[in-house]
Amino acid sequence: MRRTLFESLVRRPLTEAPPATDDAALAELAASLDRASRRRLGRSLSIREVDAGSCNGCELEIHALNNAFYDLERFGLRFVASPRHADVLMVTGPVTRNMREALERTYNATPDPKWVVGVGACAVDGGIFAGSYACCGRLSDVVPVDLYIPGCPPSPKALLSGLLTLLKSTEAS
Amino acid sequence: MALFEEIAGERIGGHRPWPRIVVGEDGWRAVAAELSAGRYALLGLWGDMGAAHMAVLVEPSAEIAVVTVECPQGRFPSVGALHPPAIRLERALRDLYGLDPSGLPDTRPWLDLGFWGVRHPLGDRTDPAPKPLAYAFLPTEGESLHQIPVGPVHAGIIEPGHFRFTANGETVVRLEQRLGYVHKGIESLMIGAPLDKAARLAGRTSGDSTVAYAFAFARAVEAALEIEPPARAAFLRALMAELERLANHFGDIGAICNDASFAMMHAQCGILRERVLRAADVCFGHRLMMDCVVPGGVGHDLPVAGVAHLHELLQDVRRVFPRLVDLYDNTASLQDRTATTGILPAELARQFGAGGYVGRASGRAFDARKRPGYAPYDQIDFDMAVFDRGDVNARVWVRIREVEQSLNLIEQILRRLPAGPISIAVRSEGRSGEGMGFVEGFRGDVLVWLRIEQGCVARCHLRDPSWFQWPLLEAVIEGNIVADFPLCNKSFNCSYSGHDL
Repeated sequence: MRRTLFESLVRRPLTEAPPATDDAALAELAASLDRASRRRLGRSLSIREVDAGSCNGCELEIHALNNAFYDLERFGLRFVASPRHADVLMVTGPVTRNMREALERTYNATPDPKWVVGVGACAVDGGIFAGSYACCGRLSDVVPVDLYIPGCPPSPKALLSGLLTLLKSTEAS
Repeated sequence: MALFEEIAGERIGGHRPWPRIVVGEDGWRAVAAELSAGRYALLGLWGDMGAAHMAVLVEPSAEIAVVTVECPQGRFPSVGALHPPAIRLERALRDLYGLDPSGLPDTRPWLDLGFWGVRHPLGDRTDPAPKPLAYAFLPTEGESLHQIPVGPVHAGIIEPGHFRFTANGETVVRLEQRLGYVHKGIESLMIGAPLDKAARLAGRTSGDSTVAYAFAFARAVEAALEIEPPARAAFLRALMAELERLANHFGDIGAICNDASFAMMHAQCGILRERVLRAADVCFGHRLMMDCVVPGGVGHDLPVAGVAHLHELLQDVRRVFPRLVDLYDNTASLQDRTATTGILPAELARQFGAGGYVGRASGRAFDARKRPGYAPYDQIDFDMAVFDRGDVNARVWVRIREVEQSLNLIEQILRRLPAGPISIAVRSEGRSGEGMGFVEGFRGDVLVWLRIEQGCVARCHLRDPSWFQWPLLEAVIEGNIVADFPLCNKSFNCSYSGHDL
């Protein structure tokens, strides 16, 4: 254990520089955020992840945001266990009909101001599962969506870039 | 072939590579009796238009057969009545197809939570029940019991499902799972799908096992159409499968330790997992290698830069991982949490035909790569890791040994990778046939069965190993404390999406 700890002390950190933010998405987001909510949030956002029917590919890459390479918490972004502690709902999947009510209840349990980030091709339009009797399809048909991060699944870098865009727009005055 | 000679019925032509036999109700009951007596293991049970199929395996020869019973009256004799591992499969079949397993001991719905707007979506598609009925959880009796409902939205970044704990103080008296929340209707989307779309769907049954599913699906198509992918493709498939196994084992070993609040293992294993995914990205252009295995071969060749990258990866893991294993094994506070926790008795593992590390940590020496075996695992060698304690620790050790074996396998694959094409054309126009693929994913054996008609998928059933592991998780938590549930759960790491379909 000592050797591993020692190496962590003397080695350069694995953490990489943050990716560039998406300017088009930033402009769009700025419109959805008012000044008061920006002031209240400061430089920190708490995220509650909700799997609304994903194949779990998106969850694997969202998980990766916490590893040493991406280190999400350095940006003041962190995942929380309860929607009541969250500013952001990060939703994956084509919203299965069996999960719709749970998603709506999670959304309603999240205090205002709040933002919804749809992650993955399924959240955008149901993806490959669109048209099934068991899926609602588009996430925005169920809850209002502020930002999409597409991809199947989006890479941690794409996720980070999307989240930094969100953070930047909450900071901009 | 002793197995299908034993089962009296009509053998169907064009079902490959294993036989399919149509039996009467008596023949079906006889197979159920063999399952119940422990002579066969159940590999799957699924529906079709007006028929039910089940796949059975004889150990240790690993002979496989699919048995079919026609249901002109809309019912068939329940296998679950004699053999409990079939109960959830039959409940799901009833929800989806509307066929009635007569004598099924548990008639509550399983995947249909009452929100689909239609009943029996794969059968006669009748109108939905007037309103969702309240789900009757199994009763518990005794003094000072309290219930803890958890989910479907869990506290972590994980898939949704509901757990109903009944506890006496800290001790779990009963856990009952309620799943189906991520049911996407994959089997209905498969009906009529062209092969390329169907392959992409199969690869999204459970994202952590996307290679295993695509691999099994491709083998099923190739069996149905009687084509053989080139040797190089077989080796590249195995390379992807072993990378997937490595990534998942690293992630889960770390996560199990994290559930015992040992964050350092989690951080270190997370680094190894990320390195594997980056190597996969360099080699095949996708971190999880989605859509890289296709019917007829693979979609991506291994670039020269990829080979060097993989050698670096092997070197790196071999330098770091043994140290982490020592750390795991020599940290008393961690061992205190994993050793003797969540014991799965060998008899239950055998009865349920538990695949993967769940079975192999409880003495069930079964690995689809060994038997029945498939290319290229007949040309490369590895040791199957089997432990018999059946606790969380044993399941971690199976994974540790499998990491070591996967490293060796990758080395062998790189050394012996044949030259040549990476795929052959799949000409399916107008073709028909039935095929089955059976592949060892990181979690256990994945089964894909399909019927191709006029070049498109007519029916496809994908059976996740979790079907036979979820019920066992209910068994192992009994008598343990609530705080040890995350450890037990993570040591199983069953798939919700793969199970709910």
